[in-house]
Amino acid sequence: MKHYEVEILDAKTKDKLCFLDKVEPNATIGEIKSMFHKSHPQWYPARQSIRLDPKGKSLKDEDVLQQLPVGTTATFYFRDLGAQISWVTVFLTEYTGPLVIYLLFYFRVPFIYTPKYDFTTSKHWVVHLACMCHSFHYVKRLLETLFVHRFSHGTMPLRNIFKNCTYYWGFAAWMAYYINHPLYTPPIYGEQQIRLALIVFLFCQIGNFSIHIALRNLRPPGRFVTLWLFFLPQLGSWLGFTLMTQCLPVAFFTLVGFIQMTVWAKGKHRSYLKEFRDYPPLRSPILPFVL
Amino acid sequence: MDDPAAPPPHHHHQLSAPCPFPSLPPGAMASSEEDGTVEEKENNNKKRTKSALVTAWLTFYNIAMTAGWLVLAITMMRFYIQKGTHKGLYRSIARTLKFFQTFALVEVGHCAVGIVRTSVIVTGVQVCSRIFMVWFITSSIRQIQNEGSVILFLVVWTMTELTRYSYYTFKLLHHLPFFIKWARYNFFIILYPLGVVGELFTIYAALPFVRRSGMYSMRLPNKYNVSFDYYYCLIIVMLSYIPLFPQLYLHMLRQRRRVLHGEVIVEKDD
Repeated sequence: MKHYEVEILDAKTKDKLCFLDKVEPNATIGEIKSMFHKSHPQWYPARQSIRLDPKGKSLKDEDVLQQLPVGTTATFYFRDLGAQISWVTVFLTEYTGPLVIYLLFYFRVPFIYTPKYDFTTSKHWVVHLACMCHSFHYVKRLLETLFVHRFSHGTMPLRNIFKNCTYYWGFAAWMAYYINHPLYTPPIYGEQQIRLALIVFLFCQIGNFSIHIALRNLRPPGRFVTLWLFFLPQLGSWLGFTLMTQCLPVAFFTLVGFIQMTVWAKGKHRSYLKEFRDYPPLRSPILPFVL
Repeated sequence: MDDPAAPPPHHHHQLSAPCPFPSLPPGAMASSEEDGTVEEKENNNKKRTKSALVTAWLTFYNIAMTAGWLVLAITMMRFYIQKGTHKGLYRSIARTLKFFQTFALVEVGHCAVGIVRTSVIVTGVQVCSRIFMVWFITSSIRQIQNEGSVILFLVVWTMTELTRYSYYTFKLLHHLPFFIKWARYNFFIILYPLGVVGELFTIYAALPFVRRSGMYSMRLPNKYNVSFDYYYCLIIVMLSYIPLFPQLYLHMLRQRRRVLHGEVIVEKDD
């Protein structure tokens, strides 16, 4: 069995960073990353982007050395992806924030509203209902992150956590401030509106949950995921919450979320189309027959 | 963006040439070559027409904007010469200014569509900040219209826009006088900070009037369960100049270095 030699160069400066000899032909990129990490301890494997071409795409950890278009002396290029953080950590932080922040406003912790309202509760029952729904939503998301989701990439760049948390925490604070405000105005159509909103919200929550469970089992072979099945329940839950609270910041959050999901879904749709020729292009990524 | 260009029948006629390889059945190789060149020509023609139309539109746009700002400049100068004061100057040009500054939104469209190679965000931020100043500060808060800072930024804007639009116009007409190019990449060094000073002082002057009148503000309780305080919004706007202005200024300095540095390299080769 012939052994390979692997040299790793910096993608920008072309400096020789590492030379590995006697590498097994069936070694994976993941194993090569671990070996590289030993000689350069500051670059842990998650930070490494190993590619065949300095400007090319990153090779996957599962790629096997002898199946790559390289000679017995393989040359790879390395790029530092920057500090990485695991997806699970990001999701947990993202979702715990809104949960806690909303409750701070709900219990009217000091320095938010005028002192005479500190630790009082709202006289509108819809405000209590809204708190339950909001908290339920984020607890559900946390549990899903811990027990249901399987993440395709282990990590993401560190700066993403600041971006994502600002978004989620900021909006949660903005919404919670008005819903739990002493001068809050309950929905115009009263109980009817609240009841309808609650039905929509619960229906979408259950729908979202069951889809997540189904996808969990499908993930490895799951190709033809109709993306709008993914997003419609999310959108629906927040529309329900908007209707329930009749609060403009909530509507705004729903709209921004919808725009983001559209952009994300179109991107996924395009990458699916590239990878799987037989993915039906007639399937609209978001709203059937609308987008 | 694929044009399924089906070649009309008469093209085949025009392009059919005697088959160069007599041993092959006539038309076998030639026809496949024909189809390739016919489709290519169709696409090239369409591209050429598209780019000609785009150039025509951009030329028209830039000439129109140059003319507009020229009118503004002349009106302002005439007012000052005749009246000897800047009081009432803003009122006299308000409508023209609103028109031409708002029309500049089209430029964001140009970047978005791709016919101008500038970032949408950079153009968007610049145009929006102008529109904000014109519509939400000077035009809506009468008491500050006679401030000196207003005249300052008006003069700065006029000089900047005249240089910019005439630069684009001459470039599109392929006849760029050196002075215009020099002006475009050097005037901003002083004009940009001066403009920022004028704008900031104007917003600052407007603050007490905004607070007193409570304009554009919404208080609780209301059925939308939201509140908005224009006074604090303006303070945030003023603070946002701190991160935004250096970025835009550095962007322009980089552009300047690229353009003028490029010129130096060419001269060296000569």
